[in-house]
Amino acid sequence: MDGSADLPLVEVSDLSVKFVSREATVHAVNQVSFAARHGEVLCILGESGSGKSVTLRTLMRLLPPHARVNGGVRVNGKDVLAMGERELRDLRGGLVSMIFQEPMTALDPVYTIGQQIGETVRRHTGIDRQTARDRALELLGLVRIPSAERRLDAYPHELSGGLRQRAMIAMALSCNPQLLLADEPTTALDATVQVQVLTLLRRLQRELGMGMIFVTHDLGVAAEIADTIAVMYAGRIVEVGPVAQLLQDPLHPYTAGLLASTVHGQDRDRDIDAIPGSPPDMRRLPQGCSFAPRCPRRSAPCVTTIPEPRFPAPKRMAACFNSAGLVSDGPDVVRPSASDCENRSG
Amino acid sequence: MAFIDPRDRGGPAQPMLIARKLKKHFPVKGARGKFVQAVDGVSFTVRKGETLGIVGESGCGKSTLARLLLHLIVPDDGELVFDGDAVGSKIAVNALRRQVQMVFQDSHSSLNPRMPVRDSVAFGPFVQGRKKAEARDIARAILGKVGLDADLFGPRYPHELSGGQKQRINIARALATDPRMVILDEPVSALDKSVEAQVLNLLRTLKRQLNLTYVFISHDLNVVRYISDRVLVMYLGRIIELGPGGAIFERPQHPYTTALLASRPSMDPARRIEEPPIVGDPPNPIDPPSGCRFRTRCPFAEAVCEKVAPPLGEWLGVNSHIAACHILDPASGHSKATQA
Ligand SMILES: Nc1ncnc2c1ncn2[C@@H]1O[C@H](COP(=O)(O)OP(=O)(O)OP(=O)(O)O)[C@@H](O)[C@H]1O
Ligand SMILES: Nc1ncnc2c1ncn2[C@@H]1O[C@H](COP(=O)(O)OP(=O)(O)OP(=O)(O)O)[C@@H](O)[C@H]1O
Ligand SMILES: [Mg+2]
Ligand SMILES: [Mg+2]
Repeated sequence: MDGSADLPLVEVSDLSVKFVSREATVHAVNQVSFAARHGEVLCILGESGSGKSVTLRTLMRLLPPHARVNGGVRVNGKDVLAMGERELRDLRGGLVSMIFQEPMTALDPVYTIGQQIGETVRRHTGIDRQTARDRALELLGLVRIPSAERRLDAYPHELSGGLRQRAMIAMALSCNPQLLLADEPTTALDATVQVQVLTLLRRLQRELGMGMIFVTHDLGVAAEIADTIAVMYAGRIVEVGPVAQLLQDPLHPYTAGLLASTVHGQDRDRDIDAIPGSPPDMRRLPQGCSFAPRCPRRSAPCVTTIPEPRFPAPKRMAACFNSAGLVSDGPDVVRPSASDCENRSG
Repeated sequence: MAFIDPRDRGGPAQPMLIARKLKKHFPVKGARGKFVQAVDGVSFTVRKGETLGIVGESGCGKSTLARLLLHLIVPDDGELVFDGDAVGSKIAVNALRRQVQMVFQDSHSSLNPRMPVRDSVAFGPFVQGRKKAEARDIARAILGKVGLDADLFGPRYPHELSGGQKQRINIARALATDPRMVILDEPVSALDKSVEAQVLNLLRTLKRQLNLTYVFISHDLNVVRYISDRVLVMYLGRIIELGPGGAIFERPQHPYTTALLASRPSMDPARRIEEPPIVGDPPNPIDPPSGCRFRTRCPFAEAVCEKVAPPLGEWLGVNSHIAACHILDPASGHSKATQA
């Protein structure tokens, strides 16, 4: 993105992931490129099936055997796709950690929280049991689990959803990762609990100086936590930009449409500006821009050619022939039409 | 606009539905004598032609309440009055179900996977005594109404449809028997935002065209604000606040409603939430806190909140805004209680 001197923490270039089976080929991720710096929060925002989880899992090589991966993935300069088993183990337990939407899939039901966190720490540092337990206690405190001492001996099913998610975050932080990958970690939580976990993650990320890639389908959540947002549609990143700019002046018609169709304070007397149609079948992507069939700004080339990324302003990218900012042809970004952003006035 | 429904018995002032002290406690498996207090003494009315929104966090009893309203589960206690007739005595449960339909939370499993969707839609009218051909015609018409081409989509099976299309089928199925009232249990929660907006628009249009009354359940406050005329807020099986949407959202009275509203993302990175409005998770509904059920998370809790369950204010008419909090009752003894 911007060619600063320091090495990016994550560098993904031209990444494609396909799932090939006898019946069909799913083009889950298509020529995706992005970067994240140390200490930056990058949100990947997109709807169901757009390829967010697959992208995130590729960063840790957590894909099933029938996945075909092409392109480049570097974390701290190291080529993740070329790593052997040993290096991968080091990567997963040290440099990079991941938290998931449903903590029950990551926590083992037959061990206590203390045992699980302790074991993770021991595996990577070789410290003794008691020190590991102390460290586990410290981590539960860090994620603000009340009565942490007692919770060490609790089994996952004995904790509420919010506490389980905190325990999983504690486990992910146990080896001081430089990069935290979060796959919809608050989606399954209630509103009052979601905001607790979000503010916690933001605080930890800032205090520990970690980079974070945060996957969500929720614009509101992205607005709460992102420094930079990358918008994904049908396996492609269609727009990237700093959070405030991207929400204020979306360049890509899909981003603008998503903003307009997200219900928040719209006039109750009018219909919501919905995007017509539904996302494409990832087994049969359209020839040109995947959003063209639903796009209000569609023109002839959109149907035949996939638009290349364009960079109309610093730190901003949009893959669109007719994107809003490109009209001005200068560094100033033109506001989208009134109908695209009226929802934000209310 | 003088649309008169021949089934309207009580006239416009008679509420479509009155729920009085509905209660449903589920026995806990493997724990004799323990109960989940899913719905615990809930009273409210649904007015003709309105959309009543029901919000609350997961497990607070929204779906259980919805099922009680249709007698899909039998209440332990309480009564229902539909358009002036007590359900069970003056009007049979079957008659109620002809006039009230439901769109279920889990839309994926509520369609028969082995049936073309037009047959699923035609099933209701057929069961209610229409001829097969008639039921098919009704299905065709209603598919058109929900924006699906009957020839193109009718013969398909559920797995051949997108989430938004499936939800349209569910709506079509509910409308095929020409109900007066529809209970929508999280009808858009499983949908992507771009599709959610389409379905909300559709629901609003259908309500106007078909003169419907809605009960709309959702955990998304913004959606509820947009769609509802009045809003009912639940916490652990009880109503804690009820009133017109504008009043609830602009001047919430109950500390829980205030916290719930303040937990919504701001959509503006310059005004992020710095401190969570309340801490902790909702407690277990098996052993709910005594007195006010919110007191364990409430910043204003005092001794009286532990001892006495606050009543839900007095309902003075269609637009009253009431809340169950000791702070609102000058006689409660709470130190913050307002002298009205
Ligand atoms: N193991 C797999 N085998 C085959 N296809 C897969 C596999 N995993 C994912 N896919 C497909 O890849 C596409 C992208 O999936 P992905 O899980 O990344 O979506 P997502 O953006 O995370 O969606 P959601 O918001 O629903 O989690 C989808 O079409 C999905 O069906
Ligand atoms: N058939 C049942 N047997 C036992 N317990 C039940 C049953 N149905 C619901 N419950 C319990 O009753 C409580 C209320 O459940 P309900 O499904 O009504 O909540 P809800 O508000 O709809 O939640 P959500 O937002 O997750 O859909 C929960 O604790 C639930 O586990
Ligand atoms: Mg995913
Ligand atoms: Mg429910």
